[in-house]
Amino acid sequence: MRRTALAALVSHWRRQKLQLFALLAGLALATALWSAVQAINAEARRSYAAAAGTLGLGSYETLVDPAGPIPVESFAALRRAGWPVTPLVEGRAEIAGRRIQVIGLEFLSAPRRNLPDTLAADTLSPAEIFLPPGIGFAAPATLRALAGQPGLPRLFADPALPPDRLFTDIAVADRLLEAGSGIDRLLLLPGAPDGLPDAVVPGLRRQPAESQGDLTRLTASFHLNLTAFGFLSFAVGLFIVHGTIGLAFEQRRGMFRSLRALGLPLRTLLALLLAEILALATIAGGLGIALGYLIAGALLPDVAATLRGLYGASLPGTLAFDPAWAASGLGIALAGSLVAAAHGLDTVRRMPLLASARPRAWAIVSGRQLRRQAAAGGALLAAGALAPILADGLLAGFALLGGLLLGAALLLPLLLSAVLALGAAHARRPLAQWFWADTRQQLPGLSLALMALLLALATNIGVSTMVSSFRQTFVGWLDQRLVSELYVTAPSEAEAERLRAWLAPRAEAVLPIWKVDLPLMGAPGELYGIVDNPVYREHWPLLAATDAPWEALYAGRAALVNEQLARRNGLHPGDPVSLGAGWQLPVAAIYSDYGNPAGQAIVALPTLLEHHPEVPKLRHGILTDDPQALSRALTEEFGLPPANVTENGRLKAVSLEVFDRTFTVTAALNILTLSVAGFAILTALLTLSSMRLPQLAPLWALGLTRRRLARLEILRALALAALTFAAALPVGLALAWCLLAVVNVEAFGWRLPMTLFPDQWLRLLLLALLAALVAAALPVRRLARTEPSQFLKVFADER
Amino acid sequence: MLIDAQDLTKSFATGDGMLPVLSGVSLTLAAGETLALTGESGSGKSTLLHLLAALDAPDSGSIRLAETEITGLGDRDRAAIRREKIGLVFQQFNLIPSLNTAANIAFQARLAGRHDPDWCATLARRLGLADMLDRYPEQLSGGQQQRVAIGRALAPRPAVLLADEPTGNLDEATADDVLALVLDLVAETGAGLLMVTHSTRLATRLSRQLRLSKGRVA
Repeated sequence: MRRTALAALVSHWRRQKLQLFALLAGLALATALWSAVQAINAEARRSYAAAAGTLGLGSYETLVDPAGPIPVESFAALRRAGWPVTPLVEGRAEIAGRRIQVIGLEFLSAPRRNLPDTLAADTLSPAEIFLPPGIGFAAPATLRALAGQPGLPRLFADPALPPDRLFTDIAVADRLLEAGSGIDRLLLLPGAPDGLPDAVVPGLRRQPAESQGDLTRLTASFHLNLTAFGFLSFAVGLFIVHGTIGLAFEQRRGMFRSLRALGLPLRTLLALLLAEILALATIAGGLGIALGYLIAGALLPDVAATLRGLYGASLPGTLAFDPAWAASGLGIALAGSLVAAAHGLDTVRRMPLLASARPRAWAIVSGRQLRRQAAAGGALLAAGALAPILADGLLAGFALLGGLLLGAALLLPLLLSAVLALGAAHARRPLAQWFWADTRQQLPGLSLALMALLLALATNIGVSTMVSSFRQTFVGWLDQRLVSELYVTAPSEAEAERLRAWLAPRAEAVLPIWKVDLPLMGAPGELYGIVDNPVYREHWPLLAATDAPWEALYAGRAALVNEQLARRNGLHPGDPVSLGAGWQLPVAAIYSDYGNPAGQAIVALPTLLEHHPEVPKLRHGILTDDPQALSRALTEEFGLPPANVTENGRLKAVSLEVFDRTFTVTAALNILTLSVAGFAILTALLTLSSMRLPQLAPLWALGLTRRRLARLEILRALALAALTFAAALPVGLALAWCLLAVVNVEAFGWRLPMTLFPDQWLRLLLLALLAALVAAALPVRRLARTEPSQFLKVFADER
Repeated sequence: MLIDAQDLTKSFATGDGMLPVLSGVSLTLAAGETLALTGESGSGKSTLLHLLAALDAPDSGSIRLAETEITGLGDRDRAAIRREKIGLVFQQFNLIPSLNTAANIAFQARLAGRHDPDWCATLARRLGLADMLDRYPEQLSGGQQQRVAIGRALAPRPAVLLADEPTGNLDEATADDVLALVLDLVAETGAGLLMVTHSTRLATRLSRQLRLSKGRVA
């Protein structure tokens, strides 16, 4: 019985192949974008975890020598004195054309939990470990890239390691880094006494443990953004699924009644429909996961560039398959299909056995329903607007965005209906009156697709406005902020001193760019020291300030803080800011600092040196009339590599390149979402076209040619797309405002001025019209080629 | 007795309260008997047929169908009765649009687990459908569709064939042909036939007539 009934249900799809394609493709596309985002996030999380695993060495407090490397003798002395310390050397080496970060540990004294699994498992003999060439560990991809390179230890693959890292014995690391004898840091292992070992080795400084979650915390907002985008795409795809499943249910009302009348129990019918949906969702979900994997693979290099540009986080260029995100993709495909089918299933459950078998006019929704839907939209808008008032944080920002987008989408059909009614009321010619009235009648059948289009267009406008506003502000800010014509980094402090002396007579001014990394108000931060030079007063982009901030700064009585630090801690000019243990200064001014995730403060250089004499004194900005000549002279005199001497223009170009790459992923997701919406329109028009014949036949009989009818159908699609664009524009701008004024502030700590870009809107309008044209082309072509006999059938008795 | 219905009442809710449609109707149908149910529009013919077909439940009264009391049964058991004991022919045919003629004819027999390919082939031949087994309902005329519906109803060899205005959509000549076929096939299978019809002319061709008027047997 079940098999026969299932065969009958499935036979619907065999006869409605296009509908089946729309359902599978819609769900597969939606799942693909969602699982692509999940795959990227999972890859990033794995990479952060791996980084935390090796640099998890950072979970220990460390001893450093401000003067340079710690001699091996000092390490030995500390061990003899009972200090539980283990040495670490770290640096970058150029191997096989790649910049590899080499980390050397002393395997005997290092904590076992920080060693690679192969080593911790004691499967290697001491001779293999300690005798040349020694051993090393790297991620599988890095290992493949390094294979066959001379001078390397015997390498083992360790999937837990991040890319481009080589983990090895301290002696091997020393050799690879050509660092000579010396230890960069001593890790203080559990049981180490408080205070400094001045009695054993004087002059060492104790540094706090790094927070392992820094990278995860810093990048959380980026991944939340990606997830939100993925979910949005999924929601847009779900509109297609909802529309297709709803249509399939309505078209089979007669079949459901016949099946029940012929003896199929209701429960069995519902179970079979559920099984059918789950089977289709599994197929589409599987396709979506495969497609998502391909999309993620294509997007990953851009995401990696973004994360490197924004946060300095390293991500591998290739994607590893992870069952977790595949399961998440399949799960959301199943859940989404069930949500989309819930209404249909409930209708079947409640449908009386003797209900009319005639398909309820699927496309006809009562005005009351439209108003109810619009009321729900209004409620969502209100709830979204309340979210930032009732709650804080990024989630409140996204609740606002969600309320705005979904609310606007639900309001759209009523709005379009009102506009079309207005058009019909003002139309004079009979054909125009029919056109407006008929378009209004088609609206319910198209509304899901148009809502999807509204979501895609509004997102596009919002995100583009945000990115372009950001870019414009960023360019202006770069011009202000990069005050020096030339930037030079010396290889050592001795060279730096010589360089300053050499530059003194040759440059207008030498501006030290010296900083220490330290926690600021409980989060990772940077503290800079600057010299008194008018160029800062003239160019530094201050957002808010006390009276005479520069005088207070140079007198050592105040500090400047960046916008991120100020917003996160609610600092205003005049408030005290903590710059380290027992050191507080009032805030003299707040400056904009786009693109920097960390908090930052600036004090006068003498003040910085007083508190942090160990600050590396290597980097300098140079004011000069002829940067190119000075750059050449510097290279010749000091033999500096090109990377150490950067002209202002080059730095700006690099910064803008990083900026543009940062938003490549966003642009790609934008286009993909718009494509899904275009597909939604296509499927809606195609399904509607199958019902259009009885509506168009009377017009054909009254003297309209098929060609003219086809032209009117095209015009209808274009008109609806244009009206939807008009509705999407204010929604998109509101979205841009939310992103700039709420989400960005929460996610990154800076607020940007909003700029309007009408040329982008025009481009998007043309794109929307093109999408509607392409979507309408196939059904219209079909209409234009409809045989007159098909039209006649409408009037025939047997129909 | 194939059908033994006693004192059936049925009312429907309307905006003005409850509207009685059947008020104490009783009827019987023996195996091999053919009964025409006639009456004016709104007399309760279709409602009575729906009750006898276990598509709906009476407010009171009893219906014994093939020795089974069906009035108190749940959805699952009523579905089983329809599947296994009853052949139903609707005025609107109600074929499965996505199945071809052959699959539509065999459909209920398959549902009931009593599919007999030879019998289905015989039915198709007798009903004049043998050369259109691959056609879908939309490719058939109204008369052809009605013959497919009759074939589907008879394919599981039901105990009783219940037909609701089976010729209502057909012209007179086609209606005569279809009814003749139905009577022949019912006689061959030994099933009982209860047919709702407006046509007095067609009703007289059945062995017995029962006229309903305002929800009562006239």
